Amino acid sequence: MAETKNVMIVGVGGQGSLLASKLLGRLLLDEGYDVKVSEVHGMSQRGGSVVTYVRYGEKVYSPVIDRGEADYIVSFELLEAARWLPYLKKDGQIVTNIQQIDPMPVITGAMEYPSELVEKMKASGAKVDALDCLALAEQAGSAKAVNIVLMGRLSHYFDIPEEAWLAAMEAIVPAKFLEMNKIAFGLGKNA
Amino acid sequence: MKELMLGNKAFARGLYEAGCCFVSSYPGTPSTEITEEAAKYDEIYCEWAPNEKVAMEAAFGASLAGRRVFCGMKHVGLNVAADPLYTMSYTGVNGGVIIGVADDAGMHSSQNEQDSRHHAIASKVPMLEPSDSAEALEFVKLAYELSEEYDTPFIIKMCTRVAHSQSVVKTGERVVPEKKAYEKNIPKYVMMPGNAIKRHPFVEERMKKLADWAETASINRVEQGDTKMGIITSSTSYQYVKEVFGDTVSVLKLGMVNPLPEKLIKDFAAKVEKLVVVEELDPIIENHCKALGLTVSGKDVLPICGEFSQNLLRSAFGKEIPDVRAVEDAIPMRPPVMCAGCPHRGLFYALNKNKCTVLGDIGCYTLGAVAPLSSIDMTLCMGGSVSAIHGFNKAGEGENEGKTVAVIGDSTFMHSGMTGLANIAYNQSNSTVIILDNSITGMTGHQQNPTTGYNIKGDPAGKIDLEALCKAMGFTRVRVVDPYDLAACDAAIKEELAVDEPSVIISRRPCALLKYVKHNPPLCVDKEKCIGCKSCMRIGCPAISMKDGKAHVDETLCVGCGLCEQLCPVHAFESTKKEGK
Repeated sequence: MAETKNVMIVGVGGQGSLLASKLLGRLLLDEGYDVKVSEVHGMSQRGGSVVTYVRYGEKVYSPVIDRGEADYIVSFELLEAARWLPYLKKDGQIVTNIQQIDPMPVITGAMEYPSELVEKMKASGAKVDALDCLALAEQAGSAKAVNIVLMGRLSHYFDIPEEAWLAAMEAIVPAKFLEMNKIAFGLGKNA
Repeated sequence: MKELMLGNKAFARGLYEAGCCFVSSYPGTPSTEITEEAAKYDEIYCEWAPNEKVAMEAAFGASLAGRRVFCGMKHVGLNVAADPLYTMSYTGVNGGVIIGVADDAGMHSSQNEQDSRHHAIASKVPMLEPSDSAEALEFVKLAYELSEEYDTPFIIKMCTRVAHSQSVVKTGERVVPEKKAYEKNIPKYVMMPGNAIKRHPFVEERMKKLADWAETASINRVEQGDTKMGIITSSTSYQYVKEVFGDTVSVLKLGMVNPLPEKLIKDFAAKVEKLVVVEELDPIIENHCKALGLTVSGKDVLPICGEFSQNLLRSAFGKEIPDVRAVEDAIPMRPPVMCAGCPHRGLFYALNKNKCTVLGDIGCYTLGAVAPLSSIDMTLCMGGSVSAIHGFNKAGEGENEGKTVAVIGDSTFMHSGMTGLANIAYNQSNSTVIILDNSITGMTGHQQNPTTGYNIKGDPAGKIDLEALCKAMGFTRVRVVDPYDLAACDAAIKEELAVDEPSVIISRRPCALLKYVKHNPPLCVDKEKCIGCKSCMRIGCPAISMKDGKAHVDETLCVGCGLCEQLCPVHAFESTKKEGK
């Protein structure tokens, strides 16, 4: 493939997006692609809006994804999906958790959490796949598996066999959590 | 083996493979992981020094002892270490010396956006600039060879996008050069005027030789493409150039940014119709081109402020930018906030309540400036709070001292707050300094420091007693408060501001994110009792929000610190009485 593909993973600092990007990076490298994964560390991790860029293809140059470039936006939180929507490519796909975490301006009452964001994103022309990842993660056995549920759902759109995803997962997830994460992955994929 | 590796980790891998034996650094985003990753190799001695100056001097000593050494810091850290740097340029090295400095264009986690290349030029120290992880690893190995061959420290400049991006690297084996003998050499190592006068021409000659080396070095390469436009670039800017232009332009990709080659640049310019420099921050390569008499474009179309991206380049060069879409609603910002249970919160609440002027410092607690706490009046640099309060109170002629405090974290106090405190003790201002002792270096991701009792590997280490230190400097009023106790904080602030002598308050409680910290069960709200007065909202806790006119606690975030409970006039908060973690 000639064209570089772009996946953005967005969420709220502390939600576990680093494991998701680690899984994706490992998988794509195993699949023979050139890969770049770009993260933000430091101050913004303190409960702020966080973003990780994953890019893969024959040869990847820029470590970041710009507005209008993302083939996929994977979001851990609904408002974050809407925040990063301008980064979605024309025919790009959003995969989002429907969980809502109030940011400080909403907590203090200065602003309201926007309503019906899934519908509004769809109305903008975006393809949106919204699911309750927290419920699925809890069903799998741990609220912390939201990241793997989302990766399972993302795999639904990728032309990469499930065995490859599971092999990448085995390489990065501690053995004692592997079974639970495999269940979470399946619940996301088949949701 | 081929693997995906963070730029900083690849840097550390380069240190390992090149036989580095000694690392002394001070943490600072985005440089921290170089040293953290190096510390994972048992073969390399690693330490966190109290500050960058100490780290660089320790590294210099280790070089004298004959080993390859490293010292890492963020861009502003190099200001602190500038003193040893500028003269180490004169002494040169014994074992190879690499200084790693990470710039933060875009200021993701910094107080300014300075361009470290100025330091390399001013100190006459050569600088390499990798553009991805593979280059970070390779440049480290190269820099050690050159450091020893040309008798100079080397700076390797990272930036946020190279430091914190993972890309593919090939790793190799570790090769440790034989330890060089230390030989007494007064003319080389004793920089008093008579000797330094003789070393300066050596430095000038060395930089000329390195400039000659740069003319043909493989890390400065021409990627010949269409000749209508030729772009000179380096670092992450190179990646954006390739992303946007591919092979449709010619590119001169510079791996060494100090000294810059002359002939290579002139030859490149002669082959292209239009010459452009694409570099983040200041026009250093561009000005070099202008000094060579070349007609060049750069900052006339590209910004000096902030970081670049592919769209920024597309826009600057008249290329098409992808369409974007958005929802119509205003999206509420999600700025970083103090964590639920953060020990700084209670203290800042008390400062705000007492309407104090608060001279702040560098760390997580800078977030005390954010609403609703809005407690901080000034943040300048590491240690700046303690020095500035002295001047503020002296020049205030009595107007300021009854209501002004300096706040500084434990690690920042060790870094450069102690010297400011010495000034207060010596020149006698009636200043109140609050040390926010959360027993860790927080903002950069939990590094140990001289007050924590542990070293970089987590093993027991020396532990500096803050109370004893302040007392030894001559402070008779040194008291400790628990920032979870609002009444005690309030009393301590009132009392220490009222007395007519300098004082130190140590606000002590470990960071709520530390794994060993035991938390109370989360709180919940008795909706019958809650009157919706929003008193609890005044502390800006991310775990508390208003739902249907009543306070609501997010039990997944709450660590039961109890500040909200202390503010509630009707005792609506109660423990969930679940098992604590």
